[in-house]
Amino acid sequence: MEFSEIFQEALSTLTVNKLRTVLATLGIVIGIGSVIALISLGQGSQNAVQNQIQSLGANLLTISPGAQRGGFVSGGQGSANTLTPEDAQAISTSSKITTVANVSPEYSRRAQITASGKNTNTQVIGVTPTYAVVRKVSVSQGVFLTGRDVQEQTKIAVLGPQVVTDLFGEGTNPVGQSIRINGQSFRIIGVTVSKGGTGFQNQDDVVYIPLTTAMKVIFGSTSLSSISVEAKSAAVMTQAQDEIGYLLLAKHKLNLPSQADFSILSQNDILNTASSITGTFTALLSGIAAISLVVGGIGIMNIMLVTVTERTREIGLRKALGAKKKNIITQFLVESIILTFAGGVIGMIVGIIASIIISKIVGLPFSVSFNSVILAIGVSAAIGILFGWYPARKASNLQPIEALRYE
Amino acid sequence: MIQISHVSKIYLTGDIETKALDDVSFNIKKGEFVAIMGPSGSGKSTLMHILGALDRPTKGEYILDGDNVEKLSDDSLAEIRNKKIGFVFQAFNLLPRTTSMKNVTLPAIYAGIPKEKRLEIAEKYLKMVGLGDRMFHTPSQLSGGQQQRVAIARSLVMNPAIILADEPTGNIATNQAEEIMAIFQKLNEEGHTIIMITHEPDIAEHAKRIIHIRDGKIK
Repeated sequence: MEFSEIFQEALSTLTVNKLRTVLATLGIVIGIGSVIALISLGQGSQNAVQNQIQSLGANLLTISPGAQRGGFVSGGQGSANTLTPEDAQAISTSSKITTVANVSPEYSRRAQITASGKNTNTQVIGVTPTYAVVRKVSVSQGVFLTGRDVQEQTKIAVLGPQVVTDLFGEGTNPVGQSIRINGQSFRIIGVTVSKGGTGFQNQDDVVYIPLTTAMKVIFGSTSLSSISVEAKSAAVMTQAQDEIGYLLLAKHKLNLPSQADFSILSQNDILNTASSITGTFTALLSGIAAISLVVGGIGIMNIMLVTVTERTREIGLRKALGAKKKNIITQFLVESIILTFAGGVIGMIVGIIASIIISKIVGLPFSVSFNSVILAIGVSAAIGILFGWYPARKASNLQPIEALRYE
Repeated sequence: MIQISHVSKIYLTGDIETKALDDVSFNIKKGEFVAIMGPSGSGKSTLMHILGALDRPTKGEYILDGDNVEKLSDDSLAEIRNKKIGFVFQAFNLLPRTTSMKNVTLPAIYAGIPKEKRLEIAEKYLKMVGLGDRMFHTPSQLSGGQQQRVAIARSLVMNPAIILADEPTGNIATNQAEEIMAIFQKLNEEGHTIIMITHEPDIAEHAKRIIHIRDGKIK
């Protein structure tokens, strides 16, 4: 019996009870669909995070204050006050540092901003002019702040485009107007170019003010929240990390790297961390979706078992007329594979459509990998074989007289 | 051709043994037309299953064309049923929602005969049983007699030496039963060995020899 005939016969049997066929397939459609959608959304968010981090600059090192271990008490990371403007000064001027191009000390905190009756809560970052160089920030309107602004603690601000939209409406030019940060009035001198970004790390939802103004006038702090350093090239990143590390250890009068009260992360480190987080999430969600695939497979097995019982007389007749075990196994196995394979293909289409819609809503780049398509089709066919095998074997082992007598 | 010697069939229902066949022996030669007669519960259906290689005897020997049937594997029995025996059942046992043509070709499908050839043979036998104009009807569109004629065409498609008919007229109106018997007689004249199981004496009369069976024994 040629395969095309077996296929046609299986297809005509499946169309006899259409509703049942559709319902049996639905489990696989949902399973494969959710696996595809979640994998592609996971990949999309991973790409988004990578793009965002890479847009900050590949040669970027970020020095953060770390927990200082004194006795048994240790403060949380980032909460310590161990980085000072003098540290930043030392990194840019010390003769021991040979691989650093630019140093940008930063102090950032969230604050309430108001302007003409509207208000928003956003990230206020105290910076020096090198920030624009290190973080690749440019202005679309007005100018960025200058060294003189930092020296004189001027109350001027450069806004991110999201803040402009929130306070003044989209597309307006706020340069020359003023905003209030923690009750103090700041004149707007520029608006930055949009960098994009999503969720908690929206790089457009920021207000830049001079570092000295932020530390002394607004927030009253003597330590920095981070220092961004641009290495001379991507090749000397590790060397730069070492040089800065030993310099700061010496300055903080610490002997061993394990005692360090700061941490230095390269963009790669951050990228890896972020990737592993999104990767874990993707794996977790896909795992949950895979459970629904197993449930779908059990649904197929259930339907096939019912079919075998229902068609006992038919199986008996076929065996009486000369069908061998393998003929019966093939017949039922082909039916279950058609069910799951069709479910897999439909599920794949549904999953892709769902992930296009979701990525549009959430604002993620859409991506579907060839691998996940192959995976979906392979897995669905495998489920057909796995869960179709038992019913098919059961059918093939029926004795012809038992089956013929069956009412 | 068929040698049944000391064949017994014992069914176990729980602890109770039922002897459906008790030490039965007989021979059937090529070209015979034999009717096996007996009341219900006499063991004639069991005998038919054994003769049809659908079941194996508990004891004794069944030699068909030199093969010891009771020693063969399930798949070998399937092949014997396919090539040497044509079945006609009381309840016709046609596949529902399937054309006469497709039903008739079924044994040929399992024999691996190419599609063109299958359809050709099926058409020949459907015409022979007088259903040349009903080839693409499904069983539900046919009368009982017509359905049984489809089943006869199906039993002939592999040109088997033996035709085994189990109460072939049991579900058919009397006038149509005569037509069916006429077909069997014609097949017998063409050289087919025909074994027919029945409890109706006037149907059994069409056979050349009658084997009576009662309580699992031949009388």
